[in-house]
Amino acid sequence: MAKQLTIFVENRSGRLKSISENLQQSNIDIRAFTIQDKGDYGLLKLIVDRPDEAYLALADLGCACALKDILAISVPDQPGNFHRLTSALAGHNINVIDAYGFVLQPHHTGVCCMEIDQPQLMKAEEIVTEAGFQVLQDEELYSL
Amino acid sequence: MEVPFWNKEIETLDRASLEKIQLERLREALVWAFRTPFYSKKLSQAGIKTSDDIKGLEDLRRIPFTVKDDLRRSFPKGLLSVDMSEVVRVHSSSGTTGIPTVIYFSRDDVDRWTDLIARCIVATGASSRDIFQNMMTYGLFTGGLGLHYGAERVGMTVIPISGGNTKRQLQVMKDFQTTALHITPSYLLHIHSQLQAEGIDLADLSLSRALIGAEPHSENTRRKIEDLLQIQAFNSYGLSELNGPGVAFECVYRQDMHVWEDAYIVEIIDPDTGENIEDGQEGEIVLTNLIREAAPILRYRTRDLAFLHAEPCPCGRTHRRLSRIRGRTDDMLIIGGVNVFPSQIEERIMKIPEVATNYQIHVDKKGALDRLTVKVEIYPKLFLGEASKLEALRQHIKEEVRSSIVINPVIELHEPGSLPVSEGKAKRVVDERPKE
Repeated sequence: MAKQLTIFVENRSGRLKSISENLQQSNIDIRAFTIQDKGDYGLLKLIVDRPDEAYLALADLGCACALKDILAISVPDQPGNFHRLTSALAGHNINVIDAYGFVLQPHHTGVCCMEIDQPQLMKAEEIVTEAGFQVLQDEELYSL
Repeated sequence: MEVPFWNKEIETLDRASLEKIQLERLREALVWAFRTPFYSKKLSQAGIKTSDDIKGLEDLRRIPFTVKDDLRRSFPKGLLSVDMSEVVRVHSSSGTTGIPTVIYFSRDDVDRWTDLIARCIVATGASSRDIFQNMMTYGLFTGGLGLHYGAERVGMTVIPISGGNTKRQLQVMKDFQTTALHITPSYLLHIHSQLQAEGIDLADLSLSRALIGAEPHSENTRRKIEDLLQIQAFNSYGLSELNGPGVAFECVYRQDMHVWEDAYIVEIIDPDTGENIEDGQEGEIVLTNLIREAAPILRYRTRDLAFLHAEPCPCGRTHRRLSRIRGRTDDMLIIGGVNVFPSQIEERIMKIPEVATNYQIHVDKKGALDRLTVKVEIYPKLFLGEASKLEALRQHIKEEVRSSIVINPVIELHEPGSLPVSEGKAKRVVDERPKE
């Protein structure tokens, strides 16, 4: 399964910079990111080439951060595919906590990253695979 | 449990003998007091002409209270009882309100105080084998020098590093394998987060005990310190008006602090009426210094709230124990008409494991209403990366605080290490309401 790095960031100027600065110093490549906004703070979610190293670099600074298994699903960039994916999950009562997508050029490979509650995570992986999608493992995701 | 003593005879003296010493010393303190401009006036106004007017300890109540403003008004020499040539040390408070206060020590005063500090240190189980890193500020503040002298008398290896410069503190802890610290609780919690940030493993250090003081803190804060740093933490109490640290200290049982009653007379009063309160009930601490000739202080209202334990300590000491400071008569906040002591809030939030070591209480106005905001740092090791858990934590903190003080607080979650830490006394309360 793919790993997502989640970082607790206060909602004030300069905080993102301090994190990006440290990732840059560790030469970490960022594949994708999103921020879940919670008002006075946000959760910065990153897909990076070396998640363990990135985690340690930030944890050493005293950051509150966590590595988490997520579903990274390869979704061909065509109309209707996202709907197929969500239908498969909904059909089995799987709740998605948070999700974000990105498209890798030039192959038009869509990637959908989904956070699923831990107890449902393995089941969700099976469902998505059965529905014909490819669940990307760590290495596959970073080497796209 | 092994109970070490510095002066077993005095520390275990029966009540009657202890009171006999108190009365003798109180009379002597009155002789000293009559030599000061401040007390000669104050005592004669109260109808006390000589020390002989004090026939028994019960006559103590005839002596009027001394308050902080008396000391401010007497600055700089109103409380000096000896010729300046006999003074070997001056300590002064920073004067946060503008006017400083000052106290003086003769050579004998320093000697008696030092002996009390040695008593405190040994009571915690520390000894001449300890490497003692004294992280309390040296200088006009009594905390640093007070413990320094006592620790030397015990024969400890003293590292007089003073406060601040955290990186160097950590290096010194490693280089000299420090075993005992003297430090404020907030700075110690900051030290812990810096140990983590620097990747220093506790196993590479030799810390075993911390003498903590100069800041009121809750039992939960102590537990947090002990858990995080794998040490024993001993609470202490003191104030410069009463020499400084060492008025009361915890023994190896760590069940509140023995007041050294041969050196201080401790009373608990109702802060509103000034009447004495019996042991076991909470009120304002009033202290009389029996061992300082150069600047005598009688019945000083500390504004600290605590109670005296009525029952004896298992260690065998007869000197009564003072509870931890439960608030100050003057740091009480009135929020939306409700009396709130910051310690009530601290007690609740420090028992929550997901809350890190630092917090701040912030009061301002939202429209016409008071708004209480409690800012806490989250503890990185328990961060799981889930917004729902953080929101549950926020709710949990909110309910804990509300159940204690009946006010609905706003809870702000902050990054570890982001709230201001002064490398000394922490600024825990910020009141931004406009005055009047």
